[in-house]
Amino acid sequence: MHEKISLSRRVKIKVLNILMYISFILILALVAGLIGYILFRGIPNISWKFLSSKPSLLNGVIGILPNILNTIYIVLITLVIVLPLGVGTAVYLNEYATNRKLVSVIEFATETLAGIPSIIYGLAGMLIFVQFFSIGTSLLAGSLTLVIMTLPTIVRTTQESLKTVPDSYREGSLALGSGKWHMIRTVVLPSSIDGIVTGCILAIGRIVGESAALLFTAGMANNILSLKDAVTPGNAGSTLTVALYMYAKERGEFGVAFAIAAILLILTLLINLSAKLVAKKLKVKVD
Amino acid sequence: MQISSATDAKNPKEAKSEGSGSMQTKLYSASGVPSMEKSQKKKNIAEKIMSGIFFVCGMLAIAFVLFITAFLITSGVPAIGKIGITDFLFGSVWASTAAEPKFGILPFILTSVYGTLGAIIIAVPIGLLCAIFLAKMATNKIAALIRSAVELLAGIPSVVYGLVGMIIIVPMIRDMFNLPDGANLLSAIIVLSVMVLPNVISVSETALLAVPREYEEASLALGATWTETVFKVSVPAASSGIASAVVLGVGRAIGEAMAVMMVSGNVANMPGLFKSVRFLTTAIASEMSYSSGLQRQALFSIALVLFVFIMIITMLLNFVFKKKKE
Amino acid sequence: MANIIEAHNLNLWYGDHQALKNINLDIQEHKITALIGPSGCGKSTFMKTLNRMNDLVDGCRIEGDVRLNGVDIYKDMDVNILRKKVGMVFQKANPFPMSIYDNIAYGPRLHGIHGKAALDEIVERSLKQAAIWDETKDRLKKNALGMSGGQQQRLCIARAIAVEPDVLLMDESTSALDPISTGKIEELCLELKKKYTIVMVTHNMQQANRISDITAFFLLGELIETGATQDIFLNPQNKKTEEYITGRFG
Repeated sequence: MHEKISLSRRVKIKVLNILMYISFILILALVAGLIGYILFRGIPNISWKFLSSKPSLLNGVIGILPNILNTIYIVLITLVIVLPLGVGTAVYLNEYATNRKLVSVIEFATETLAGIPSIIYGLAGMLIFVQFFSIGTSLLAGSLTLVIMTLPTIVRTTQESLKTVPDSYREGSLALGSGKWHMIRTVVLPSSIDGIVTGCILAIGRIVGESAALLFTAGMANNILSLKDAVTPGNAGSTLTVALYMYAKERGEFGVAFAIAAILLILTLLINLSAKLVAKKLKVKVD
Repeated sequence: MQISSATDAKNPKEAKSEGSGSMQTKLYSASGVPSMEKSQKKKNIAEKIMSGIFFVCGMLAIAFVLFITAFLITSGVPAIGKIGITDFLFGSVWASTAAEPKFGILPFILTSVYGTLGAIIIAVPIGLLCAIFLAKMATNKIAALIRSAVELLAGIPSVVYGLVGMIIIVPMIRDMFNLPDGANLLSAIIVLSVMVLPNVISVSETALLAVPREYEEASLALGATWTETVFKVSVPAASSGIASAVVLGVGRAIGEAMAVMMVSGNVANMPGLFKSVRFLTTAIASEMSYSSGLQRQALFSIALVLFVFIMIITMLLNFVFKKKKE
Repeated sequence: MANIIEAHNLNLWYGDHQALKNINLDIQEHKITALIGPSGCGKSTFMKTLNRMNDLVDGCRIEGDVRLNGVDIYKDMDVNILRKKVGMVFQKANPFPMSIYDNIAYGPRLHGIHGKAALDEIVERSLKQAAIWDETKDRLKKNALGMSGGQQQRLCIARAIAVEPDVLLMDESTSALDPISTGKIEELCLELKKKYTIVMVTHNMQQANRISDITAFFLLGELIETGATQDIFLNPQNKKTEEYITGRFG
């Protein structure tokens, strides 16, 4: 006498279970296939020469050193500007602001910025920085555009991080007679460093992967620039992503394109991993 | 505690106050003004300055939004004025470089709409099922594995997706359907769905994990199996979170430019699954570099339209789902 | 009176910790059986064995058997069928975030009843039996979470009896409620036992005394004494029972 639930129920349950398993396998296969294929086609094309030279029609050589440098420059310049601004905004929202309406307006603005697609950032960046402020197509214009684009990320992660700092820390400091800034500087910010670092890493990930916002702001040039050049208006430069696009779409150099793709993939993996490690460290601390 | 300060010997005033305790000596600087008060004043100024700086930072986000909106509007409106808003939005022919140029962007609007819809229709069921599996069925080890896979997917730059799309999807579509060229709306939809998947999965998973255990226990106690519980109780309970996942996906799909540019063919046709098409995003990107005059202005108008579109969609969907919550 | 549930030599482990030691207890039909004892004594654990909610705990292991109407609930019964026959009301009211109607209809729909007329009838009947029909009949489509704590708990009782179980398990179901709501639910139990069998875990000895027919006293995983409630409270045989009842520990 082993009464079971109705057949139709069992069938429905089985079907749903199967669908879920299929979706899970699909996702795994997708990721494995994608990564495998990119590495398979890309890695053979990576050589030291490839990484360390600039493209030269004369020598028939394609090298991506300029693109690597440009990517690094843009990451540095953007971070140097967006970190203080973003952390400052988050600190204001969490520690100073009293007017609830103002806070929600600022948060709405941040949400809005987060929702704007990168091509529009590219256009706006072109209008604002390249043309209006006359910086010209340059790495600097690209960085400034990315500053606005990554601001929401930094603000959000910093805000969350600030929220995890217990109020008792703040009260303790204020009770000893410190001013607000002093309290923030000595107690709150040091406790939220890990969250800020996470935001930083996330931002780096976004910057490295960005292309549409840089097409018309940083341009498509392939010269080797110095850091000084990078912060000077007028020096255009294509990053790894933009270079990939150009090599694939405009020049049909798929070998090169896949090599760049493989590099970008490895960079993304490293960035993801570091974000995870910091998050782990943060979790250990909180526990 | 005797702590001598350098000013002690020089200042006759110090000698007088010596008697009242060595602590007092420290409090008075050479000029006679209490130094603790002075440093307190300095601190106060610093506090005020920093407070002001933080306020300015806070205003930045608002300033940026206003700036961007202003620039987009000022560069986008002129062309719409010249072309006429109905001709612009509803004209079905875009021929920007023809002898008699036409600037109707309906093809782009429709393409963006269909493309996004197609991507959502594919990505949401698969993504939701995967999220349910992750949140409710998978063992910890497998869940961790899939989560890392999904995070990786989310981090891959769009141009890389475009590249793989160019090399794999486009020829595949071409061969499967016997077309002269595989770069069309269908290829774009496939690439877009893959790009939207990670967002749908991670946000839905978070929503599902947040469903209180009590609901699930109540369902089990009534004789429901775990699968039935998940689909009849947990998923409906997480519906607002899942809805935001969809909104996120819509936003990502409609704003995608680079990947789509590499696989959709780039001809300004009215959309068809197997036709070469242009999205609002690619319409801007593909002509921007060599455009001039009215054509260039028209491109800014497209950007304005896209901007407004996205604002409306996000606000609308958020409003609808907020209402549903109540 | 017939025994509807019989537990023989029931032993239970959570991992290495033995939570139930050789329990032999019969539950009589159409009576209210109260399980009492100090925190951690195993009364809740025992009750959760009756509808196999213990299965959800990792590392839970059982020896011995529990029979519902003579059928071994672990070996010879599908757990979902068991839970239809043995319903549960939890300590904290947990209505689904759905309408009142959908909450009650959840169980019946699960078991294959989909016609509107049939469901309407079941919903009305269950809400009436739970003495909450008048308060809800005009708000059936409203969200259940909008009700007060006491009302929500009565809703959960209605939800549990909508599938017409044989036994209703109540796990400290009034401990989170105010005295008036508690009183209402106690009255309800006295009515419900005419149709169902009720097993309740309670910390409140006065409650056990007030409404139960049979009381079982647990201590440290063992069943110390069981019998008619009057006998247990007025004339306990075991010294430990007496000590607990008179408040020497608890």
